[in-house]
Amino acid sequence: MMEKNLDRATQSLIERAKAGRIEVSIDRLQRQSPQCGFGQLGTCCRICYMGPCRIDPFGEGATQGVCGAGADTIVTRNLLREAVGGAASHVGHARHVILTLKKALEGKAPYKITDKDKLMEVASGLGIKTDGRPEKDILNEILDKALEDITRQDGSSMNWLRFRAPRKEYEQWERLGLLVSNAHNEIEEAMHRTSMGNDADPVNLLLATLRIGITDGYAGLHMATDLHDIMFGTPQVRAIEANMGVLDKDSVNIAMHGHNPVLSEKILEWAGRLTKDAQGAGARGINVVGVCCTGNELTMRHNVPMAAHNLQAELLIHTGAVDAMVVDMQCIWPSIAKVAECYGTKVVTTESFVKIPGATHIQFEPETADEEAKRIVGLAIEAFKNRRGKEVFIPSEKSKAFVGFSVEAILSVLKKLNPSDPLKPVIDNIVNGNIYGAAGFAGCPNPKIRDTFMTEKMMKTLLKNNVLIVTTGCTAHIAAQAGLMTPEATERYAGDGLKAVLKVLGDAAGLGAPLPPVWHMGSCVDNSRIANLLRALAEKLNVRISQLPVAGSAPELITEKAVAIGSWLLSLGLLVHIAPPPRVLGSPVATKVLTEDLEGITGGKAFVESDPEKAALGIIAHIEKKRKALGI
Amino acid sequence: MKRVFINAERCTGCKSCEIACAVQHSKSKNLFTAIFEDPPPQKRTYVEQVINLSYPSRCMHCIDAPCIKACPRSAMGWDKELERVTVNKDRCIGCFMCAMVCPFGAISIRRPQGTALKCDLCGSRLREGMIPACVEACPTKALVFGEIEELSKTKRIGMAEIIAYSKKDLIEGTTPLELLKRLGGR
Repeated sequence: MMEKNLDRATQSLIERAKAGRIEVSIDRLQRQSPQCGFGQLGTCCRICYMGPCRIDPFGEGATQGVCGAGADTIVTRNLLREAVGGAASHVGHARHVILTLKKALEGKAPYKITDKDKLMEVASGLGIKTDGRPEKDILNEILDKALEDITRQDGSSMNWLRFRAPRKEYEQWERLGLLVSNAHNEIEEAMHRTSMGNDADPVNLLLATLRIGITDGYAGLHMATDLHDIMFGTPQVRAIEANMGVLDKDSVNIAMHGHNPVLSEKILEWAGRLTKDAQGAGARGINVVGVCCTGNELTMRHNVPMAAHNLQAELLIHTGAVDAMVVDMQCIWPSIAKVAECYGTKVVTTESFVKIPGATHIQFEPETADEEAKRIVGLAIEAFKNRRGKEVFIPSEKSKAFVGFSVEAILSVLKKLNPSDPLKPVIDNIVNGNIYGAAGFAGCPNPKIRDTFMTEKMMKTLLKNNVLIVTTGCTAHIAAQAGLMTPEATERYAGDGLKAVLKVLGDAAGLGAPLPPVWHMGSCVDNSRIANLLRALAEKLNVRISQLPVAGSAPELITEKAVAIGSWLLSLGLLVHIAPPPRVLGSPVATKVLTEDLEGITGGKAFVESDPEKAALGIIAHIEKKRKALGI
Repeated sequence: MKRVFINAERCTGCKSCEIACAVQHSKSKNLFTAIFEDPPPQKRTYVEQVINLSYPSRCMHCIDAPCIKACPRSAMGWDKELERVTVNKDRCIGCFMCAMVCPFGAISIRRPQGTALKCDLCGSRLREGMIPACVEACPTKALVFGEIEELSKTKRIGMAEIIAYSKKDLIEGTTPLELLKRLGGR
């Protein structure tokens, strides 16, 4: 087995799996290594049956596929399909939420409007009249507008695009022909044009990739976040615990994994209602913990502990203390069902299109959400009964973290400093350099990179240089576990300027201590929150997003969703740092456009760097350049 | 004596060995930077396809090498330490007598110099206790590395198992690759 050393908690469970002679992700990675060079360069094409074709990167073998496609065509076609996979996931997620709310409005599903302020904000942003209208009607119209974004055929731009896109960027996209009209059409056309014998122009394909990024950003991320907030509440700052030590051997442990709070909120609700049943079974209670993005949704709204990120999901089961791992969609590794076989853990799948051999399938529909949630929690209680008294191996590692930094929460703290102009203190401190800049960390915990502690190292270097960090998704899990979301982390890692700002903000928030230096802004769809923050800053300063002293980073990315989000950020004009290298290096055109030419078009730039120090310094150099250009 | 053994029936023709060989012999030894080097790194192993067979062909490091005998400048030589045939780049005059006499077609041309180029059994890797890059890269164990006696022993045991179980059809082969060949999928 591979000699990689991850953080202590993770490593302890890897050792446990090793002792049980069970392979984990890093072992499977070792077996897969070295991985196919053609795949890594993006120059393997499997689109048609004249292939599969590959391009020799050293120029001695084939330079074209059988159809005549060169490396540039093959690479950009593949990249677009990757982005489609991501956009389809997020748009699909948003659509599920729309349909759930539609059923709720019909009285057929047990969900309600929780945040009326958000309802009004979204309604007015979409141009919907709210005066004197019942909330249900307003929500219904919002949902109809959302559905238009996946159905209209008249070519006019998406409602959510017009609502949420920053003004200057919207106008630029109009000039570039990047305004997306219908998310489903966009995905259909992207699949069509990448099929054999369609689009062969690499630049055309790259522009289409930006369009898919925009599709993802607005009909996926923004739409999902907006609807989640209306349904379940907009997050406020709160204290939670993170890492696998949050499992409780004397409680029924239910790990929620996947993405859609439509499921995880219901499980949480029923875990509360069935506490007595659990106690009757000899448990202290029911301990719902979060894995991956749905874990982020639950923690941001309900203080649910953040147990594990994606790489740790199967390891969590190795504690022997997880009574049920309940999953819905995306990022669910099939390995969890195999691992669960070794313990009494019930893996429950809930979506008809996400099934895993060995798991128990309980189809979760909005109409019968209460019945199914009750049944699933009951299953977990049964599993606990069988587990009682058996040995478990729960790592002791547990970190405190402050989470819940929605834009609304951030503004409410800022309003305490300046009620009429809450962004002013932020801008003043950016200008004076206390906040040198900001970096948004998104993405996944790639086993290829996790042992380098890339995320933690980059964050610490940036903090030392007074760069504020916001984060979402699994990198938020990593940061929380590393103790970076605490006032102590501010004392320890933040440069003096940033420290001073966070102290003031912490006092304003009534914390009695500095705010943490890394702000948890939510799940991966909540990258839309970061976009809203950037938009607020840019529009206040009357500059383009590309002029802001900020950068994005996906330092350990895994998924197609990360490629889609990265494409969106590139279209917004951001520097996007990525590791591992994207599968474009086999195409000179794609490499040049993404790392050089794009900057002159949208302002966006891909920055590929696998060394944490170099990556952080590259981001700082970029921020310095932006500050100079702004004259600060 | 350690050698690369070729199990041709396992070769899927993926050419991972070719890429790994070129990267190993690049300046940076990293795929993502090797592709930008000038001159581009060159592979010394070649996956050839004939009828229904893929064969990853390269220098066999013969103990009684025809290329050593044919070289007029003693540029081809036997490296006692690593038990391999090596080209002395400085002595080679690029006459390619070695290429003409090599029964395996293992010699190609080093660019831009124009001298003989062939597999060097990844000497630098062997010295560090690693296996040749092509063997490491092979996803199906069509290429294996080890002592001749051990590799042959493995083969003998494999054959003995087949005979012991009297499964004649095993000899004909029912691996996915064989099935593909039978269905004319190459």
